[in-house]
Amino acid sequence: MNRRTLLASAALAAMALAGTAQAQAMDKAKACFVYVGPINDGGWTQAHHVAVLKTQEHFGDKVEFIWQESVPEGADSERVMTQMALSGCNIIFATSFGYMDATNTVAAKFPNVKFEHATGYKREHANVTTYNARFYEGRAVQGHIAGRMTRSNKIGYIASFPIPEVVMGINSYFLHARKANPAVELSVIWVYSWFDPAKEADAAKALIDQGVDVIASHTDSTAPLAEAAKAGGAVLGFGQARDMEEYKPLPRVASIIDRWDAYYIERIQAVLDGTWQAQDSWDGLAKGAVEIGEFTGLPADVTAEAAALRDSIAAGTYHPFTGPINRQDGTPWLAAGQVAPDGDLLGMGFFVEGITGDVPK
Amino acid sequence: MIRLERRPTPSRAWAAATPVLAVVLTMLAGGLMFAALGKDPVAAIRTIFWDPLFNPQFAAYSRPQLLVKAGPLILIAVGLSLGFRAGVWNIGAEGQYIAGAICGAAVGLAFYPADLWLVFPLMVIAGAAGGILWAMIPALLRVRFGTSEILVSLLLVYVAQNMLAAMALGALRNPEGGGFPGSRNLSQYPAAANPELIAGTGLHWGVVAALVAVVGAQWLLGRHILGFQIRLAGQAPRAARFAGVRPDRLVVLCMGISGALAGLAGLFEVAGPAGQISIDFNAGYGFTAIIVAFLGRLNPLGILAAGLLMALTYIGGELAQFMLGLPAAAIQAFQGMLLFFLLALDLLSNWRVRLTVGRAA
Repeated sequence: MNRRTLLASAALAAMALAGTAQAQAMDKAKACFVYVGPINDGGWTQAHHVAVLKTQEHFGDKVEFIWQESVPEGADSERVMTQMALSGCNIIFATSFGYMDATNTVAAKFPNVKFEHATGYKREHANVTTYNARFYEGRAVQGHIAGRMTRSNKIGYIASFPIPEVVMGINSYFLHARKANPAVELSVIWVYSWFDPAKEADAAKALIDQGVDVIASHTDSTAPLAEAAKAGGAVLGFGQARDMEEYKPLPRVASIIDRWDAYYIERIQAVLDGTWQAQDSWDGLAKGAVEIGEFTGLPADVTAEAAALRDSIAAGTYHPFTGPINRQDGTPWLAAGQVAPDGDLLGMGFFVEGITGDVPK
Repeated sequence: MIRLERRPTPSRAWAAATPVLAVVLTMLAGGLMFAALGKDPVAAIRTIFWDPLFNPQFAAYSRPQLLVKAGPLILIAVGLSLGFRAGVWNIGAEGQYIAGAICGAAVGLAFYPADLWLVFPLMVIAGAAGGILWAMIPALLRVRFGTSEILVSLLLVYVAQNMLAAMALGALRNPEGGGFPGSRNLSQYPAAANPELIAGTGLHWGVVAALVAVVGAQWLLGRHILGFQIRLAGQAPRAARFAGVRPDRLVVLCMGISGALAGLAGLFEVAGPAGQISIDFNAGYGFTAIIVAFLGRLNPLGILAAGLLMALTYIGGELAQFMLGLPAAAIQAFQGMLLFFLLALDLLSNWRVRLTVGRAA
């Protein structure tokens, strides 16, 4: 072992010691972000990055921000987070579900660094927080619009991975489409990627070929809207994660906008104040974590209904998963008037009654 | 004017000097590119080449990571170099790497959760066998029907990638994975894990295998009749035939050895650093190894150095991305420059540059 290694080991040991000290307020902090896609993906990652830039503006010189794009989920994300922690990051935001194990592994090694994992459920250490937004609330509004606007009675959904987060969105979308139009049928295509514009476009094409005329997507790029746009207004779609205003007024008729900035400001402020605590955060329309983008290209009555639905969810007078709701196999899930407990939603691995096709097992 | 003259025999001095010169030229050209991007070129080069090794903040972590990243590159490149010397062009090591990982992981998962010492050795055998099987397809097709092993082995990479996705979604999927694609984490299953052998060094069985392969290949080429035949077949195919070398046997052997080593690399990766079979488990090691093989002049010791250098540009490149905000594409361009300069300078070992004054050739 040469002197440099010794010094480095000493530095690591010192950092580990510091980890046992009590949290203290600090004057300056360094916040680091791990992105699954490029910062201009048009959707998920871009929405995070927009929030980061707003947060940066809010804090000015007090907080240093660094980020790394297109970090694969797996061994590489573990290395990236470790290097970030070593570079002096005080708080690390891992913004994709697949970073879950890596986040917890690295968090164990750096007890003094705060870790925030988006959309996950594992909090194995005192310095790991999970955060997410109630996107299913927005899906309800999209579903209603889809049910009212489809002429072929066939609506589609481009899904990424069969995880609860995605399954819950599909169920919410379908339930509200059926409520608005009992004849509606839903087709789901799984692309097994968060960001793969070519695959997303192929999925949209396949749906359109089947006669689908309203497409929602749970992937990160604008490719599905670009495909829908080729139909010249005959196929409708939604902005996902970002307003995707470049496709206004058609085919994009509404959007789910992820608003992470308020959360990022709150959490980084907590680090500065020394008040950061591990938690699980799941806000929705009510607190502005989810926003419905402007309704465009819709008839006035549909716009009014969609807005009313949005407002009732935001006001807390209506929950998108209110019984009676049966599972796909016909067994009862929620009794009449019963509201879905959060635990059921977070572990959702089944389709509701009326959806054809299976959740991949 | 400048004239090129073919050397009667390749210059040994230039053959040794060109890799070093290529690295220097890459630094210069890369520095210009970083400067054009508005970054400090000196800081960027230092972050890529110096910080992972000697920066007190990162080195203790990134130096072991160097071995983790270089291990599979060296293991695959050594195997490829034998074939390349004999004029057998296995371009599909990426596919053999995937096949080895799938076969090895399948054996390990079949035993889950049995705690037998036998599991890991069996996985190693299965990994090598998987790589050999995948390499035998192009080898036998060439021997039997005279197909091009370049095309067949390359195209089989895409077949292997689809098999990998099918395995991650189907047969090998973690039944407790909450619907997310990907197998159980082998690195958390002690009997099947390929752990760090000495804490803090990054040394795992794959790195050991890479070192053994380097020594073995050095011995084979220098002391064994097969090594002589490989060199002869590459340099003078007709003479080799007269000397009793059977070309078909050589094709099968070279493809088999390179397939086995690529398969082993895949197995060690899936049981260690990557931990699991996932849809995008392969990170391009099989293709990068081709660069490493040539960067190392198809010489086992050269490949050892080249693998470490290539790993350095990866780890350092990541550091540069988030420390200096360099885009990921700039790092890839930088790595591309390295190969470009190396191949361009290759000219100098086979050709002599002559300056002639005043008379046309």
